[in-house]
Amino acid sequence: MTDQYPLEHELAPPQANGELVFDDPWQMRVFGLARTLCEQECYSWGEFRGELIAAIKCWDRDLDQQPWCYFDHFLEALLRVLNKKHMISQDELTNRLQQYLNRPHGHDH
Amino acid sequence: MSEPSPQSIRAEALEALLIEKGFLKAEDVDQVILRYGERVGPLNGAQVIARAWVDDQFREDLLNDASAAIAVYQFEGGQVEKLVVVENTATVHNVVVCTLCSCYPWALLGLPPKWYKDPEYRSRVVKEPRKVISEMGFDVAAGKSVKVWDSSAEIRYLVLPQPPENLQSYNENDLTGLVSRDGMIGVAER
Repeated sequence: MTDQYPLEHELAPPQANGELVFDDPWQMRVFGLARTLCEQECYSWGEFRGELIAAIKCWDRDLDQQPWCYFDHFLEALLRVLNKKHMISQDELTNRLQQYLNRPHGHDH
Repeated sequence: MSEPSPQSIRAEALEALLIEKGFLKAEDVDQVILRYGERVGPLNGAQVIARAWVDDQFREDLLNDASAAIAVYQFEGGQVEKLVVVENTATVHNVVVCTLCSCYPWALLGLPPKWYKDPEYRSRVVKEPRKVISEMGFDVAAGKSVKVWDSSAEIRYLVLPQPPENLQSYNENDLTGLVSRDGMIGVAER
């Protein structure tokens, strides 16, 4: 039964799929982090989705609204769920960010 | 070389902390990204649609219980555990949205395009679907009604477009090439 619809035959690619999903490499990385942790059962995708909806609602209601960037909310949702699961605290992230911001220019080139 | 953006530094800091604390390895993340980049995409959905066009029993199964019907393909990517397929007909055109965030049947369509996640599409397609679809390049025939399907916490939708008129003149592989991601969302004819 599992061989009824084999996948190995050559197929033409579907039309009109050339749009970019990610604007920036960090967005792809954050997507990868969120999915990897979910697959390792650190949280369910439903839990993550709940935080994503909450982050988007915050943006909707913000009177001083920043320009829309979906992955800003995706990253925010990931931070919220990691905080709730006591995996990464806001303080830990702030401290690490400070270290990175103090790096000399061109540190990794 | 331009300065990294604040969000890029945040993402870098977060990944470094997660690795140091032993929650994941960079290679695991690389593998997930590779999988979604190379093996999860709309070609999977197009195969399912083409099969439904040529196989009436499969089409019926797909409309009755899509998650069970596609299990045979063993697609990677997830988000199809409660999949509902809605069929375009001579009188009804279907279109899919997630008004709350960006829910989408990844295993069949890959990751959602940018416009699918934008507030404009998410709010407008519910209020004026015909106009939004037209602005995206497809005019739904005047005699057809347009039905909007809003993804929920669990349910993901996929549109089964109408087959081409001269269906018998195509083989299944050729039909797969006629199906676009946008057609399976409902913002294109097929």
